[in-house]
Amino acid sequence: MERPLTQHIPASGVALHLKEYEAVGGYAALRKVLQELTPAEVTAKVKDANLKGRGGAGFSTGMKWSFVPANVTGPRYLVANADEMEPGTFKDRWLLEGNPHQLLEGMIISAYAIQATQAFVFMRWAYKDAARIMTRAIADAYAAGYLGKNILGKNYSLEMQLHTGVGRYMCGEETALLNSLEGKRAVPRAKPPFPQVSGLFGKPTIVNNVETLSYIPHIMNNGGDWFKSLSYTADGGTKIYGVSGKVNKPGAWELPMGVTMRELLEEHAGGMKAGFRFRGALPGGASTDFLTDAHLDVKMDFAGVAAAGSRLGTGTMVVLDDQTCPVGFVHNLEHFFAQESCGFCTPCREGLPWTEKILYALEQGHGTYADLEQLEMHTKLLGPGNTFCALAPGAMEPLQSALKYFREDFEQHIKEKKCPYAHH
Amino acid sequence: MLSAIEIEQITHELQQVPVKKAACIEALKIVQQQRRWISDESVADIASILEMSTAEVDSIATFYNLIFRQPVGRHVILLCDSISCYVMGYTEIKQQLMELLQIKYGQTTADERFTLLPNACLGTCDHAPALMIDNDLYRDLKPGELSQILDQYL
Repeated sequence: MERPLTQHIPASGVALHLKEYEAVGGYAALRKVLQELTPAEVTAKVKDANLKGRGGAGFSTGMKWSFVPANVTGPRYLVANADEMEPGTFKDRWLLEGNPHQLLEGMIISAYAIQATQAFVFMRWAYKDAARIMTRAIADAYAAGYLGKNILGKNYSLEMQLHTGVGRYMCGEETALLNSLEGKRAVPRAKPPFPQVSGLFGKPTIVNNVETLSYIPHIMNNGGDWFKSLSYTADGGTKIYGVSGKVNKPGAWELPMGVTMRELLEEHAGGMKAGFRFRGALPGGASTDFLTDAHLDVKMDFAGVAAAGSRLGTGTMVVLDDQTCPVGFVHNLEHFFAQESCGFCTPCREGLPWTEKILYALEQGHGTYADLEQLEMHTKLLGPGNTFCALAPGAMEPLQSALKYFREDFEQHIKEKKCPYAHH
Repeated sequence: MLSAIEIEQITHELQQVPVKKAACIEALKIVQQQRRWISDESVADIASILEMSTAEVDSIATFYNLIFRQPVGRHVILLCDSISCYVMGYTEIKQQLMELLQIKYGQTTADERFTLLPNACLGTCDHAPALMIDNDLYRDLKPGELSQILDQYL
C-alpha cells in the first residue's frame, strides 16, 4: 500500500532534513515543473487528479487555483493553512513536524502555478516544534536555491515566510486567516469577492491546507491516474485519518481514501478499550455530525460520509463511548464553539452561548422538555444560510445529530433531574 | 514606554509589511515576549508606533486567546479542555491542578509562579489529556505526575 505523504517520516516523527528529503527524490518535482511545465499545465495536472482540499471543505484544488485572474499585475500570495485547531484534529502536525520540505516543495510548485510572488505558512502558536522545524527548513531551502530570486536558475522567484498565530479557531477560516495575516481581528470577510480575486492586502490569494499542498509534488511526479489509483473510491489519493477517544491505539494513519469506519476503528485504532462500548463518533472533527454503529461500513470519503448524513471534514474521528455522557460531550463542543465565535454576526454570537447554557442546565439536571425544543430551534436558526461563515453551522452538526441519535440520554437527564453517567 | 529592543524588533517587522497596522499582531507578540503581558500603556505605545488608535490596537489585543491583557505568572499553564481530552480524563487533571496550585482558571499563584488557563484543542488528541507550560507540551497526562511536572518550573 502506497503512503506518499508519510512514507519517509521516521517512526520517531523526527523531521526529514533537506539532504534526507533530496535523497528520497525531494525537490525533483519542482525541478521538473520549472523546466518543463507552464503554470497553466501545473494547474491542469492538479485538476486532472481531482485533488480535493484536505482542510475540511473538500473543494477541488485545481478549480480553486483556476479562479486566480490571469492578467493582473502586482503581488499575488499563496498561504498554507497550518492553523490546525479543529478539536479532535492532529493530522497536519504529523506532516509539519515530520516532513517540512514536502510542504515547502508543494507550496513552491503551487505558488508557481498561480504565479505568486510571496508565500506564507500560517501556523498555530501551539505547534512549537513544527515552527522551529519549519524555520530551519525555510532557511535551508533558501540556501539551496529553492526559494528566493530565480529559483534553480529559472525565471521564477518566490519569498517564503512563517507566521505563527496567537490563537483563535476563526483563523482556520480562509478569509479570517487573511485578516489575521494583515494584523487584524480574525473575522470572516464577505464573499464575493473570493480571495482568489481579492485576498491578502486585496491581491489574488490562494489558501490551501497543509495536507493538500503536501500532495502537490507527488501529483507532479506521478500524475492524476496514479493519484486516483491510490484510492478505494472516486475521491482520489490517500488521506490521513485519525482516531482519538477510548480506543486501544489512538493515532493517525495514511490510508487509501475510502476506508470504512470499521477498518479505522478496529484494525488501525485497535478497537475499543476493554470495558468500553462504541456509541458513535464525529467522523471529521468537532464540527461534523455524529455517526453511530449503524454507520460502521460507511466509506470515509467525501461522498460516502455525506451520504450517511455527516462530513468527512478533517478525517480525524473522535469516539463517543458508552461511559461518556453524550450531553456532556456536546456541551463540551458547544462551549468551544461559543468561546471561539468571533462575535461578528448575531446568530452565532448570541445563539452559541445560549445552546451552551441550555446544555449545561441539562447536564446539571435542571433541563426541561422545552429546552430540547430550544436546541432543535437553534440547529435550524444557526444552520447554513443564516450566518456569516461556517462556524455556527458546523457547531450545529454534532448537536442536531446528538439530539437524533442520543435522544433518550437527553430525556433521561430531564426525567431523573441529574446526569445518569458516573463521571459527574 | 517601549524598550530599545522592542522598538528595534517592531521596526524590523514594519519592513516586512505593506502597511504599518499589518504589524500589529507581531508588535503585540514582541512586547508580550518582553513583559509577559500587554498593559494599557503598552497598547498605547504600540498604537503610537503603528499610527493606529488605541481602541483599534486593544480590539486586536483582546481578540486573540494568547495575548494577555492582564498580568500573568512566570509560567502559563494551558490545559486543553477540548473534546478528546474531555473524554480522556481532563476533569481529573483540572481538579488536581487547581488543588496543587490553589487557584482557579484565570488566576495566578501568590508567588507569581503560575497562571492557569483553559485552552482549546492542542492538536495532540491521540495523546490526551494534554497541557502546555510555556513552550513545553505534556501528553498522556496522569493526575499523579502533575506535581513532578510543575516542580520543573521555578
